[in-house]
Amino acid sequence: MLIDWIYGLLGGLLIGLGGLTLLIFNGRIMGASGILGQLIDGNQDTENLERIVFLIAVIFGPLIVLQFSDFSTTNITDNTIQLVLAGLLVGAGTRIANGCTSGHGVCGISRLSIRGLIATGVYIAAGALTMVTFRTFWALI
Amino acid sequence: MSRLVVSLVSGLLFGTGLLISGMTDTEKVQGWLDILGKWDPTLAFVMGGAIIPMVAAWVITAKKKPVFDVSFSMPSKKRIDKKLLAGSVLFGMGWGLAGLCPGPAIAALGFGGTGIILFFVSMVVGMLLSKPLRLRSLSTADG
Repeated sequence: MLIDWIYGLLGGLLIGLGGLTLLIFNGRIMGASGILGQLIDGNQDTENLERIVFLIAVIFGPLIVLQFSDFSTTNITDNTIQLVLAGLLVGAGTRIANGCTSGHGVCGISRLSIRGLIATGVYIAAGALTMVTFRTFWALI
Repeated sequence: MSRLVVSLVSGLLFGTGLLISGMTDTEKVQGWLDILGKWDPTLAFVMGGAIIPMVAAWVITAKKKPVFDVSFSMPSKKRIDKKLLAGSVLFGMGWGLAGLCPGPAIAALGFGGTGIILFFVSMVVGMLLSKPLRLRSLSTADG
Protein backbone atom coordinates (compact mmCIF):
# COMPACT_ATOMS: atom_id res chain seq x y z
CA MET A 1 0.00 0.00 0.00
CA LEU A 2 2.73 2.46 1.02
CA ILE A 3 4.60 1.84 -2.23
CA ASP A 4 1.41 2.70 -4.14
CA TRP A 5 1.22 6.03 -2.33
CA ILE A 6 4.88 6.79 -3.09
CA TYR A 7 4.36 5.98 -6.78
CA GLY A 8 1.19 8.07 -6.64
CA LEU A 9 3.08 11.06 -5.26
CA LEU A 10 5.97 10.60 -7.70
CA GLY A 11 3.63 10.23 -10.69
CA GLY A 12 1.61 13.18 -9.44
CA LEU A 13 4.75 15.33 -9.36
CA LEU A 14 5.44 14.38 -13.00
CA ILE A 15 1.85 15.28 -13.95
CA GLY A 16 2.28 18.64 -12.23
CA LEU A 17 5.60 19.23 -13.97
CA GLY A 18 3.85 18.56 -17.29
CA GLY A 19 1.28 21.19 -16.42
CA LEU A 20 3.97 23.61 -15.27
CA THR A 21 5.88 23.17 -18.53
CA LEU A 22 2.84 23.82 -20.73
CA LEU A 23 1.78 26.85 -18.68
CA ILE A 24 5.12 28.61 -18.29
CA PHE A 25 6.32 28.10 -21.87
CA ASN A 26 3.17 27.95 -24.01
CA GLY A 27 0.77 29.79 -21.71
CA ARG A 28 -1.78 26.98 -21.94
CA ILE A 29 -3.63 25.05 -19.26
CA MET A 30 -2.95 21.31 -19.38
CA GLY A 31 -6.43 19.84 -19.49
CA ALA A 32 -6.80 16.47 -21.21
CA SER A 33 -10.49 16.84 -22.12
CA GLY A 34 -10.00 20.39 -23.40
CA ILE A 35 -7.01 19.53 -25.57
CA LEU A 36 -8.67 16.44 -27.08
CA GLY A 37 -12.10 18.08 -27.25
CA GLN A 38 -10.97 21.21 -29.06
CA LEU A 39 -9.13 19.05 -31.55
CA ILE A 40 -12.15 16.91 -32.40
CA ASP A 41 -14.47 19.94 -32.40
CA GLY A 42 -12.55 20.90 -35.52
CA ASN A 43 -11.57 24.35 -34.27
CA GLN A 44 -9.76 26.15 -37.03
CA ASP A 45 -6.99 27.71 -35.00
CA THR A 46 -3.24 27.45 -35.21
CA GLU A 47 -2.79 25.17 -32.22
CA ASN A 48 -4.11 21.86 -33.51
CA LEU A 49 -0.64 20.56 -34.33
CA GLU A 50 0.47 21.35 -30.76
CA ARG A 51 -2.54 19.43 -29.46
CA ILE A 52 -1.75 16.43 -31.66
CA VAL A 53 1.90 16.42 -30.55
CA PHE A 54 0.82 16.63 -26.90
CA LEU A 55 -1.65 13.74 -27.23
CA ILE A 56 0.83 11.52 -29.09
CA ALA A 57 3.38 12.22 -26.35
CA VAL A 58 0.83 11.25 -23.68
CA ILE A 59 0.45 7.89 -25.45
CA PHE A 60 4.17 7.34 -26.02
CA GLY A 61 5.42 8.41 -22.57
CA PRO A 62 3.95 5.32 -20.90
CA LEU A 63 5.14 3.04 -23.74
CA ILE A 64 8.73 4.21 -23.12
CA VAL A 65 8.45 3.63 -19.36
CA LEU A 66 6.93 0.18 -19.94
CA GLN A 67 10.15 -0.87 -21.69
CA PHE A 68 11.85 -0.75 -18.29
CA SER A 69 9.09 -1.56 -15.86
CA ASP A 70 5.67 -3.12 -15.55
CA PHE A 71 2.82 -0.80 -14.63
CA SER A 72 0.65 -2.05 -17.45
CA THR A 73 -2.26 -3.40 -15.40
CA THR A 74 -5.47 -1.52 -16.21
CA ASN A 75 -8.01 -3.84 -14.57
CA ILE A 76 -10.51 -2.45 -17.05
CA THR A 77 -13.88 -4.16 -17.25
CA ASP A 78 -14.72 -6.32 -20.26
CA ASN A 79 -18.39 -5.31 -20.05
CA THR A 80 -19.06 -3.53 -23.35
CA ILE A 81 -22.22 -1.73 -22.21
CA GLN A 82 -20.47 -0.41 -19.09
CA LEU A 83 -17.50 0.83 -21.12
CA VAL A 84 -19.56 2.54 -23.81
CA LEU A 85 -21.90 4.18 -21.31
CA ALA A 86 -18.97 5.36 -19.16
CA GLY A 87 -17.11 6.70 -22.19
CA LEU A 88 -20.15 8.65 -23.44
CA LEU A 89 -20.72 10.14 -19.97
CA VAL A 90 -17.06 11.10 -19.49
CA GLY A 91 -16.79 12.61 -22.98
CA ALA A 92 -20.01 14.62 -22.82
CA GLY A 93 -19.67 15.55 -19.15
CA THR A 94 -16.12 16.88 -19.30
CA ARG A 95 -16.88 19.01 -22.37
CA ILE A 96 -20.11 20.40 -20.93
CA ALA A 97 -18.32 21.19 -17.65
CA ASN A 98 -15.35 22.52 -19.62
CA GLY A 99 -12.84 20.40 -17.76
CA CYS A 100 -11.85 17.13 -16.14
CA THR A 101 -9.47 15.87 -13.46
CA SER A 102 -6.44 17.57 -15.00
CA GLY A 103 -8.02 20.90 -15.96
CA HIS A 104 -10.48 21.50 -13.12
CA GLY A 105 -8.69 19.24 -10.64
CA VAL A 106 -4.95 19.79 -10.91
CA CYS A 107 -4.78 23.14 -12.74
CA GLY A 108 -7.94 24.66 -11.23
CA ILE A 109 -7.43 23.75 -7.59
CA SER A 110 -3.76 24.84 -7.65
CA ARG A 111 -4.79 28.37 -8.60
CA LEU A 112 -7.75 28.28 -6.18
CA SER A 113 -10.29 28.56 -9.01
CA ILE A 114 -13.78 28.40 -7.52
CA ARG A 115 -15.09 26.68 -10.68
CA GLY A 116 -12.30 24.11 -10.46
CA LEU A 117 -12.91 23.42 -6.78
CA ILE A 118 -16.69 23.10 -7.22
CA ALA A 119 -16.39 20.89 -10.32
CA THR A 120 -13.91 18.61 -8.56
CA GLY A 121 -16.17 18.29 -5.52
CA VAL A 122 -19.15 17.50 -7.72
CA TYR A 123 -17.50 14.87 -9.94
CA ILE A 124 -15.90 13.13 -6.98
CA ALA A 125 -19.27 13.06 -5.19
CA ALA A 126 -21.06 11.80 -8.32
CA GLY A 127 -18.34 9.16 -8.82
CA ALA A 128 -18.53 8.01 -5.21
CA LEU A 129 -22.32 7.82 -5.37
CA THR A 130 -22.05 5.77 -8.56
CA MET A 131 -19.57 3.39 -6.91
CA VAL A 132 -21.68 2.99 -3.79
CA THR A 133 -24.80 2.36 -5.88
CA PHE A 134 -23.31 -0.08 -8.37
CA ARG A 135 -20.72 -1.85 -6.21
CA THR A 136 -21.90 -1.75 -2.62
CA PHE A 137 -25.65 -2.11 -3.20
CA TRP A 138 -25.98 -3.88 -6.55
CA ALA A 139 -22.55 -5.53 -6.81
CA LEU A 140 -22.63 -4.87 -10.55
CA ILE A 141 -19.17 -3.32 -11.08
CA MET B 1 8.78 24.81 -33.41
CA SER B 2 9.64 25.70 -29.80
CA ARG B 3 5.96 25.41 -28.89
CA LEU B 4 5.80 21.92 -30.39
CA VAL B 5 8.82 20.80 -28.33
CA VAL B 6 7.10 22.15 -25.20
CA SER B 7 3.92 20.24 -26.10
CA LEU B 8 6.00 17.09 -26.59
CA VAL B 9 7.81 17.42 -23.24
CA SER B 10 4.62 18.29 -21.39
CA GLY B 11 2.76 15.33 -22.92
CA LEU B 12 5.59 12.92 -22.09
CA LEU B 13 5.64 14.10 -18.45
CA PHE B 14 1.83 13.92 -18.21
CA GLY B 15 1.53 10.45 -19.74
CA THR B 16 4.45 9.05 -17.75
CA GLY B 17 3.08 10.52 -14.54
CA LEU B 18 -0.37 9.05 -15.16
CA LEU B 19 1.15 5.60 -15.65
CA ILE B 20 3.55 5.66 -12.69
CA SER B 21 0.95 7.13 -10.34
CA GLY B 22 -1.35 4.17 -11.01
CA MET B 23 -4.12 6.29 -12.52
CA THR B 24 -4.27 4.06 -15.61
CA ASP B 25 -5.29 1.25 -13.23
CA THR B 26 -9.07 1.57 -13.09
CA GLU B 27 -9.22 -0.35 -9.83
CA LYS B 28 -7.16 2.34 -8.06
CA VAL B 29 -9.53 5.08 -9.24
CA GLN B 30 -12.64 3.07 -8.41
CA GLY B 31 -11.02 2.24 -5.06
CA TRP B 32 -10.72 5.98 -4.34
CA LEU B 33 -14.43 6.43 -5.11
CA ASP B 34 -15.47 3.30 -3.22
CA ILE B 35 -15.95 5.09 0.08
CA LEU B 36 -18.09 2.37 1.67
CA GLY B 37 -15.89 -0.47 0.43
CA LYS B 38 -12.14 -1.03 0.35
CA TRP B 39 -11.18 2.65 0.10
CA ASP B 40 -7.88 3.42 -1.64
CA PRO B 41 -6.39 6.87 -0.90
CA THR B 42 -3.75 6.74 -3.69
CA LEU B 43 -5.55 9.34 -5.82
CA ALA B 44 -5.16 11.93 -3.05
CA PHE B 45 -1.38 11.47 -3.20
CA VAL B 46 -1.46 11.88 -6.98
CA MET B 47 -3.54 15.06 -6.73
CA GLY B 48 -1.31 16.42 -3.97
CA GLY B 49 1.83 15.62 -5.92
CA ALA B 50 0.48 17.24 -9.07
CA ILE B 51 -0.71 20.38 -7.32
CA ILE B 52 2.73 21.15 -5.81
CA PRO B 53 4.49 22.02 -9.13
CA MET B 54 1.31 23.72 -10.38
CA VAL B 55 1.17 26.07 -7.39
CA ALA B 56 4.78 26.97 -8.18
CA ALA B 57 3.80 27.46 -11.84
CA TRP B 58 1.00 29.91 -10.97
CA VAL B 59 3.34 31.85 -8.66
CA ILE B 60 6.04 32.03 -11.35
CA THR B 61 3.60 33.16 -14.02
CA ALA B 62 1.70 35.67 -11.88
CA LYS B 63 3.49 38.71 -13.23
CA LYS B 64 5.00 37.40 -16.44
CA LYS B 65 4.23 36.38 -19.98
CA PRO B 66 4.64 32.82 -21.26
CA VAL B 67 8.08 32.18 -22.78
CA PHE B 68 6.65 31.31 -26.23
CA ASP B 69 3.46 33.37 -26.34
CA VAL B 70 2.29 36.94 -25.84
CA SER B 71 -0.21 36.06 -23.11
CA PHE B 72 -1.71 33.24 -21.09
CA SER B 73 -4.86 31.61 -22.40
CA MET B 74 -6.97 31.62 -19.25
CA PRO B 75 -10.48 30.28 -18.69
CA SER B 76 -12.86 33.16 -19.35
CA LYS B 77 -15.69 31.81 -17.22
CA LYS B 78 -15.89 32.79 -13.59
CA ARG B 79 -19.45 31.89 -12.60
CA ILE B 80 -20.74 28.60 -11.28
CA ASP B 81 -23.34 27.73 -13.91
CA LYS B 82 -25.61 24.79 -14.65
CA LYS B 83 -23.26 23.48 -17.31
CA LEU B 84 -20.40 23.22 -14.83
CA LEU B 85 -22.56 21.33 -12.33
CA ALA B 86 -24.48 19.09 -14.75
CA GLY B 87 -21.37 18.29 -16.78
CA SER B 88 -19.43 17.37 -13.63
CA VAL B 89 -22.25 15.08 -12.47
CA LEU B 90 -22.25 13.25 -15.83
CA PHE B 91 -18.46 13.04 -15.84
CA GLY B 92 -18.39 11.72 -12.25
CA MET B 93 -20.89 8.99 -13.08
CA GLY B 94 -18.84 7.81 -16.05
CA TRP B 95 -15.64 8.11 -14.02
CA GLY B 96 -17.09 5.81 -11.37
CA LEU B 97 -18.53 3.33 -13.88
CA ALA B 98 -15.24 2.63 -15.65
CA GLY B 99 -12.57 4.12 -13.38
CA LEU B 100 -11.19 6.24 -16.20
CA CYS B 101 -11.03 9.97 -16.83
CA PRO B 102 -9.80 11.49 -20.12
CA GLY B 103 -6.06 11.74 -19.29
CA PRO B 104 -5.52 8.12 -18.23
CA ALA B 105 -7.76 6.88 -21.08
CA ILE B 106 -5.41 8.56 -23.56
CA ALA B 107 -2.27 7.46 -21.67
CA ALA B 108 -3.38 3.80 -21.70
CA LEU B 109 -4.28 3.74 -25.42
CA GLY B 110 -0.93 2.23 -26.39
CA PHE B 111 -0.98 -0.70 -23.97
CA GLY B 112 -4.48 -1.10 -22.53
CA GLY B 113 -6.02 -3.28 -25.22
CA THR B 114 -9.50 -3.21 -26.70
CA GLY B 115 -11.30 -2.16 -23.51
CA ILE B 116 -9.38 1.13 -23.36
CA ILE B 117 -9.87 1.71 -27.09
CA LEU B 118 -13.62 1.12 -26.80
CA PHE B 119 -13.83 3.56 -23.87
CA PHE B 120 -11.76 6.15 -25.76
CA VAL B 121 -13.89 5.94 -28.91
CA SER B 122 -17.07 6.24 -26.80
CA MET B 123 -15.56 9.25 -25.02
CA VAL B 124 -14.81 10.95 -28.37
CA VAL B 125 -18.38 10.26 -29.50
CA GLY B 126 -19.67 11.73 -26.21
CA MET B 127 -17.59 14.85 -26.80
CA LEU B 128 -19.01 15.25 -30.30
CA LEU B 129 -22.61 14.62 -29.16
CA SER B 130 -22.25 17.27 -26.46
CA LYS B 131 -21.36 19.97 -28.97
CA PRO B 132 -24.92 21.27 -29.53
CA LEU B 133 -25.39 21.53 -25.75
CA ARG B 134 -22.34 23.69 -25.29
CA LEU B 135 -23.44 26.50 -27.63
CA ARG B 136 -20.39 28.69 -27.10
CA SER B 137 -17.15 29.20 -25.13
CA LEU B 138 -15.12 26.62 -27.02
CA SER B 139 -12.24 29.03 -27.31
CA THR B 140 -11.06 28.75 -23.72
CA ALA B 141 -8.16 26.47 -22.97
CA ASP B 142 -9.81 25.18 -19.84
CA GLY B 143 -10.16 21.47 -19.54
